[in-house]
Parts: sequence; structure tokens; C-alpha cells
Amino acid sequence: MTAQVELPPQPTLSRVGTLLRARELGIGIVIVVVFVTATLKNHAFANSHSFQQLLTGAALIALLGVGETLVIVTRNVDLSVGSVVGLSAYVVGDTFKHHPHTPILLGFVLGIAIGAAIGAINGLITTVARVPSLVVTLAALYIIRGVDGVIVNGKTIDPGSIPKVFQEVGYRTLFGLPWLAIIVAVVVAVVGYAMRSFRAGRDLYAIGSNPDAAALAGVPTGRRVFTAFLVSGSLAGLAGALFLALHAQVDVTGGNGYELTVIAAVVVGGVAIFGGSGTVLGAALGAVLLNTINQALVASKVSAFWNDAIAGALLLAAIAFDRWLSLRIARNLRSAEGAHRSV
Amino acid sequence: MSDTATRPPTTTSYPGAGSNRRPSWHALLRWESALVLVLIAVLIFGSSKSSTFLNSTTFFFTGLNMGEVAIMALPLLLIVMIGEIDLSVASMLGLSGAVMGHLFQSGWSIWAAMGVALLVGALGGALNGVLVAKAGLPSIAVTIGTLTLFRGVAEIILPTPTTRLIPASLTKVGVVPIQGTQLAYSAAIFFVMAVIFAVILHATPLGRSLVAIGLQPESAQFSGIRVNRIRFGLYVASGVICAFAGILFTLKNSSASYGAGSGLELTVVAIVLFGGVSIFGGRGTVLGVVLAVVIVGCLQQALTQMHVQPEVQNIVTGALLLISVIVPNSGEALRRIRERVRRG
Amino acid sequence: MIQLRTTRRGMPVALAVLTVGALIAGCGSSTKSTSTSGSPTASGVKKGLTVYFIPKDTQNPYEVIADQGGQAALAELGGKVVVSSGTADTAAAQIPSIQAAIQAKADAIVIAGNDPSALCPSLGQAVAAGIKIVSFDSDVTCPNHLFINQANTEQIGTSEVDLLAKEINSTGDIAILSAAASATNQNGWIGFMKTQLKKYPNMKLVSTVYGNDDPATSLTVLQGLLSAYPNLKGIISPTTVGISTAAQYLSTHKDVAAKVTLTGLGLPSQMKPYIKDGTVKAFELWNPNNLGYLAGYAAAALASGSASTATGAKFTAGKLGSYTVLAPSGATGPSVVLGPPTVFNSANIDQFNF
Repeated sequence: MTAQVELPPQPTLSRVGTLLRARELGIGIVIVVVFVTATLKNHAFANSHSFQQLLTGAALIALLGVGETLVIVTRNVDLSVGSVVGLSAYVVGDTFKHHPHTPILLGFVLGIAIGAAIGAINGLITTVARVPSLVVTLAALYIIRGVDGVIVNGKTIDPGSIPKVFQEVGYRTLFGLPWLAIIVAVVVAVVGYAMRSFRAGRDLYAIGSNPDAAALAGVPTGRRVFTAFLVSGSLAGLAGALFLALHAQVDVTGGNGYELTVIAAVVVGGVAIFGGSGTVLGAALGAVLLNTINQALVASKVSAFWNDAIAGALLLAAIAFDRWLSLRIARNLRSAEGAHRSV
Repeated sequence: MSDTATRPPTTTSYPGAGSNRRPSWHALLRWESALVLVLIAVLIFGSSKSSTFLNSTTFFFTGLNMGEVAIMALPLLLIVMIGEIDLSVASMLGLSGAVMGHLFQSGWSIWAAMGVALLVGALGGALNGVLVAKAGLPSIAVTIGTLTLFRGVAEIILPTPTTRLIPASLTKVGVVPIQGTQLAYSAAIFFVMAVIFAVILHATPLGRSLVAIGLQPESAQFSGIRVNRIRFGLYVASGVICAFAGILFTLKNSSASYGAGSGLELTVVAIVLFGGVSIFGGRGTVLGVVLAVVIVGCLQQALTQMHVQPEVQNIVTGALLLISVIVPNSGEALRRIRERVRRG
Repeated sequence: MIQLRTTRRGMPVALAVLTVGALIAGCGSSTKSTSTSGSPTASGVKKGLTVYFIPKDTQNPYEVIADQGGQAALAELGGKVVVSSGTADTAAAQIPSIQAAIQAKADAIVIAGNDPSALCPSLGQAVAAGIKIVSFDSDVTCPNHLFINQANTEQIGTSEVDLLAKEINSTGDIAILSAAASATNQNGWIGFMKTQLKKYPNMKLVSTVYGNDDPATSLTVLQGLLSAYPNLKGIISPTTVGISTAAQYLSTHKDVAAKVTLTGLGLPSQMKPYIKDGTVKAFELWNPNNLGYLAGYAAAALASGSASTATGAKFTAGKLGSYTVLAPSGATGPSVVLGPPTVFNSANIDQFNF
């Protein structure tokens, strides 16, 4: 079976590209607006440190957002990412604690392997048993948290048992850019390129837009969805290792509640929750925006009690704005098309 | 905005979802009978492991612990039936309690405070409803937003827990069962509401409309069902009922705190799904949800009495959830696998 | 479109009613609690006591150490400890454990409250069933219980400020990195910090932020704090997660560490590297193991009737010696204070392993 997904004619494709870029540009503008507003309220906010902090603080959520985007684009969802972060971080930390001479690269490999295994299970159950992924990964969230709790059993990994070099990944900078941000940027670039240029990447959008049509067109939907979960799990495992590097400590609470933050970041980043559209760059920018808002609130000396309310309101505003923007662009495109035809 | 035109086709087909999603009463009854068997298994398991499990105190405690969660599961059932979701339920519980607690703390009568809390519930639900039904935004994203928003507003209103004593005649709902029974007040309210919801869902035109919307929103729209009005209405109802659960929660704890019920949203969702409600809408029964509530509540009591690590309880909850979706699909999945093996 | 068969729609409703009915009918008997303790020993404490330890959650490293202290105490007294709690720091997660204690006819409950008042109805049920209540770590506001205070609330608040004042020459902007905004113990300490700060006119508390005892949130609010107040001289973090998160950030950002002094309440095992590398000069804590040990002895003494919650009542707590119940003051009911907190610095950090 080598049937091609029927691609829309070329001009429309480039317009879709414009629309996607406009979405990302919109998020970029909002980030700048938030940053400038906070700086106006508190001039100290704009310095090289806070710039690094914005990137460092957003890095893990952005990384998880990349995997989540792959899954959501196929009209699925992965709620297990937060618990994978917790489990991976603890197991990697525990390995360092008992085998202090473990090469740090092995630490990352271990984290990714744990995540990949869980992602594979999620993907298998979702595709083979044809069970809704929301339920599968909600169950996985509970089960992994439980397993994590049994393993952790009230212990905590102290900074003393984590190799210094490993910790350095969490705070070192290169040309003023935090290592964490560079790693995430590389992942965003690689996955983003694959999503745009590779057949398998395009298939994900086809599946999300119309699963039945994609299957009829010969897209191996099961294999593609499985791959999306595998990547999401692996990146969550990597995020767990990076969590350990960044915080240099982990107990059972590691990664708690990340799942909803990640979905929030992805949605703010313009990824349609019903699949078929959105980019990993958008998701990463969404994560940066959410973190910028959080830090701007503290920097603007807003009472800490207001944080959640403002974050929630801004999230709603971001979704609504994004909706308004895409409707407007769609309308403009339509009228432009009309004008073109009438000529 | 023309919302039906721009809404993504939510229910045509999902990859990984069972293709057999016709509403068949046979299948439904099979699922509910399976739940009854699970419940019996839990009761046998609990009583064999703990001598105090099968007594009236356990029954009272189960009702007491599950009451509010169970009440919130009912409107969520209807929302999931139409293919949407509401993740803000537990935050609304907290917000309602915070509003009620703050007003009561500043001298209002308890009844007036409760009234305002219900009003806040209606407003919060209306906000969800407007964003989902009128603006056409995805409900999962909207309610993640209001989850944070409601909890945040609760924190602003009531940063520290209340201290003014609520009249004992009201707080007894958290201490004693209804006189002459071993039924907790909140559990009794849940059962009464469950009967009402069952009648609405399974025996009225409205209930049939919900199923129709869940199966095919566009066709429902064309067949004259006011899809968006129903969507909006369900979110308002969810807001009011979760606010009511917040009032009960506050009375039960005889104090209000902004963090009340945090994290319960996933428990409520898990119960609805475990009850056999399809996450894609169009399939589900009140009976399934009632059974799921009772099973989860009894299991929690049994495991706690046996001193099982609470982490293991999480594993059990997750496993139940997984089984609840895999088992109904397993026949078809096995057939597919066999086919694939045969093909080599 | 709507062609559902409706002939059997009554079935689910009928089944639901039947199930509920059967459940109510099936539970006829009623339980009553009776004390099952044995005879008093020489110290006036009965043997064979069962004490339920209900920490904030079962995984909090600090609480785990305290629970071990409680287990040691009851082992010495010939009784046993059951540790039971939930996985989340919420009152709702602790209530099933209180119920389990009632069902198991425990003799006493030792609880670290996740909420000052929401647990009271459940604890009231326990009291009605004849169970003695002891609270530790974070107090509850209910009547009829004894609070084991880790250290005098005022003393912790004032000594933290004094510790920081000494390091920054009593001058400059300072901030507090706390746990949750609703935490009773945190708010109690912060209240006394503010009072004590009046004695240092050149020190100004510019902000209090809340990290919710979560490393990621703590890091975010800490970074926001540092951005917002570039002239910040000192941070007090009276919570173990907050201080270790802040210490990790400072030790990896030496330019910030050069300007900002950090102190607070921390676990020596977690803080050791930061004391060694000079990021943190000194911090405080009590021994959580001793706290649990004292709570265990207090619970046993109350359950045996050899001590009461009356002001001036005395009991002995094994290796820790004798304790006297203090009079209620303010929001705190009858209480016992473990002792003054220990200040940890480079001279003594190696002696502690908790």
C-alpha cells in the first residue's frame, strides 16, 4: 500500500504555512508584551539573568510540550508525562546514589529508556486495544505515581549524591544561553523539522485531521500513533533526568501536576486540542509564555495570592485570542481568494 | 461566530478508539453487570481481609468520603455524554466553599452565604458555557483554564481557613448519619440526585438529545436540537451542582479553605470513565457511575483498613480504569491481532 | 437520527434503586469502640497500645523521620505504631486514615494536620470513640488534643531573623520563601518574624512568596524574587524544600550568592553540600526523629491516663526526659515544646545524619 495522502494544492499549503507562522508570531508578541509590561513596572526585570531564568524555567515544560504536540496532533492526549518525569528523575537519582561512578551520559540514557518503555506501553494499549488515549494515560498517571511511591518510599535524593557534572547540565550556560535551553531548542528544531519535512511527520497531521481518511489513504495510523507516544514518553524520560540535573533533589512529588501545565502550554502555543494542526515551536513558545507570566507576576510585585487567578485568566485569554486570530486570518484568506477570483 | 461550522468534527472517528460505538443496551447492561461483579468481589475481598470492613460504620464512612465526589460526577456524566469535559469541577467546589466561608466569616448568615455560593457556581458554569458553547473553544482547554482561575480566585477571597463556628445543626452532616440509618447526608443527597439524573438521561427527550449530540453533534443540530443551548445549560448546571458540593464539603469540614478538594477533578473523571461512560460521548448510564462510586469508595475503605500503602491504592485505581476500557474492546482487539498473526 | 430503543430504559434506574436498597439493608449491625489496652507498666504507661501516626502524606521525608521516632517510642513502651495517610497533602486524604483508626479501635492518633480545622469533625468522631489525639508538626484547632510543638513558635520566628541579621549586619532588603499560603505553622513563624524585624530598623521585608513545597514552583518564585528585587540581601526560607531549592540555585549562581544570604529551616542531610561549599553559613532545625519520639510518648501517656492535657501535667518521654504541659495561649491549645532548635553550621553539620 503506497497510496499518498491527498495533499491540498500548493498555494493553499503556503497559506496554511503563513497562518501557522502567524500563530507563533502572535505568541511571540504576547511574550514580548508581558516582558515589557513587567519591565515597565519593575526596571530590574530586564537583565541577562532574568532572560536566562525565563528559558531555564520553561525548558522542561517546553520539552514535554514537544512530545505532547506529537500526540495531540494525532487527536490523542498523553496525561502520563508528569508522572514519567517523577519516576525517571527518581530512578536516575537513585542510580547515581548507589553507583556514584555511573557515567552521566548513562544517566540520561536511563531516563530516556524509562520514558520510552512507558510511552511504548501507552502507545501499544491505545493502538492495539483501540482504547481512548485519555483514559489509558490517565490510568498510566495513577499507576506510575503509585509505582513511583512504592519505589521512593519516603526517601529523597540529596544534592550530595548527584555528580557535579550532571548538575552542571542544569545551570551551565554557553554564550549566555543555559544548556537546558540549548538541549530543548535542539529537540524542538529536530522534531519540528521532522514534522514538516518527513512523510511520517506529515502523516501525523493527516491522522489528526481525519483518521478514517488517513487510514484509507494508506497511512499506517497505528504505527504512527504508537511512534508519537513513544517519542512523548522518551522526551518525558529525558525531562525527568533534566529535572534531576536542574533541582539536584527529587522525592515523590517530582513532576506532580505537570500534565495539565503541559497541555495548557501546548494549547496556548496554538496546537489544536482536536488534532490536525499545531507545531512544536508553538508549543515551546507556549511554555515560555506561561513561565514569563509567572515570573512577571512576582517581578511586578503582585501579591502571591493573585498568581493562580491571573495565570488562569491569561490562559483563557490566550485560547480566546488564538481563536479570534485564526478566524480572522481564515476570513482574510477567504476574502483575498474572492478578490483574486473576481480579477 | 458560526460555531458549528468551525468546530472540528469531534466524534466522526478517533484513531485507537473502538470502531463499534453504537449505543447498544445489551453492551451497556453487560458493563453494568461486570461492575456489580466487581463490587461483590471488592466486598468479599474487604471482609476477608478486615474484620471491621463489613459493618455499618464502614458504610457511613464510605458515603461520607465519597458524597461530594459522587455528586460532582453526575453533571460531569452528562457533559461527557455530549462529548465535552469539565476539569474545573473540583476548583468550583473550592471556590464555592471559599465564597461561602468568607461571607460567613464576615458576619453574613450561613444561608445567605450558601445562596451566594450557588450563584457563584452558576456564574462560573456560565463562563465555561459561554467559552465552550458560544465561542466554540475546546472544553478541555477552557476548563483547564478555569480550573486554575477558580482556584486562584478562591485563594484571593480566602487566603486562610475560616475560624467562625458554623452552627452545629448544619455541620452534623459531616459527623453523624441520617437518623435511623447509616447513610451519610451527602450520600443520601447523591442517591436522590442520581435517580433524578437517571430519569432525565434515560427517560426524557432531553436525555435522548444528549445522546444524539454525543454521537453526532452536526446531525443533532440539523434534527432540530439546540445543541449550543444544551451545552451551555449543562455547564451552568455543573457549576451550580459543584458549588452545592462545595457547600456540603464546607459543612462536613465545619470550615472553609481555598484548597478544598484540590486534585479531585481527576478522581471525578476517573469515576465517570470507570462507570462505562465513553469519553467520546453518546454512551453511558447513571447506574454505571453509581456503581463506580460505590466500588471506588469501598475499595478505599478496605485498603486503608488493611494498612495498604496509599500508593498501591493509586495503582489499583489506575488498573481498574485501564481494565474498564480494555475489557469491552478486548474481543475485537484479539480478533485483529489474530488476523495480523495469520497474515504473518 | 434519534432511534434509540427505549423499551428497556427503565432497567438501569430500577437496578440502581435495587443496588442502593440492598446496600442500606445489608448493613444492619453497628460498631462500638472499646479500649483494648493491657495493664500499666512501671512508668504508668499501658502495654500493647496501638497508636496511629497520620503524617501529612506518607512520603514527606521529614515526616518519615518523625514517624520512625514514634515507632521507636512505642517499641520501647511495648506498643505498636501504624503509619497511615494519603499521597496528597490534603485534609480529605487524611480522613480515611482517621476512620481506619476508629475502626481499628486505636488508643491514640498522632496527626500532622494538612488543614487546621477541616479535620476536626473526623477527629471529633475519634474522640467520641475514646481515642486520644496528639498533633505535631502542624497543629489543628480542634478541642481535646495535645500539640507537640517542635520548638516555641515565637522562638523560631525570632531566631531566624536574628540569624539572618547577624550575617547581613542588620541592613538591607530581605524576603521570605514560604511553603503554602495556608500553612498554619509557616504563618505562625512569619508572624513572629515580622514582629522581630521591628527591632532591626535597617532591615526591610520586601516580599513573601510561596513555593508550595514544590521544587519547581519554589524555583520559579525565587527567580521572580531575584529579578524583582536586585538589591535583595537576604532570604529566609522556613521550609525544607524552599531552602534546599534556593541553596541549589545560589550555589550554581555564584554572582547571586555573593549578594544574597540564605537561611531558614532545613534538613542537615540535604543542606550539607551547601554548608560545605559556603553557599549557606547557618540554618536551623530540630531533630524530627525526636519530635516523633516525643509525640509517641505523649500519645501513650494520654492513652494510659498517666498524663492529661491539663496545664502543668507531667510525663516522661524516655531518653528525652520529663515534659510539662503548657497552658493554652492564643490559637494554640495545651502544648508541649520539644526544645530549642539546633543551629547547623560548618562546625557541626557532620554530626547529624537526618
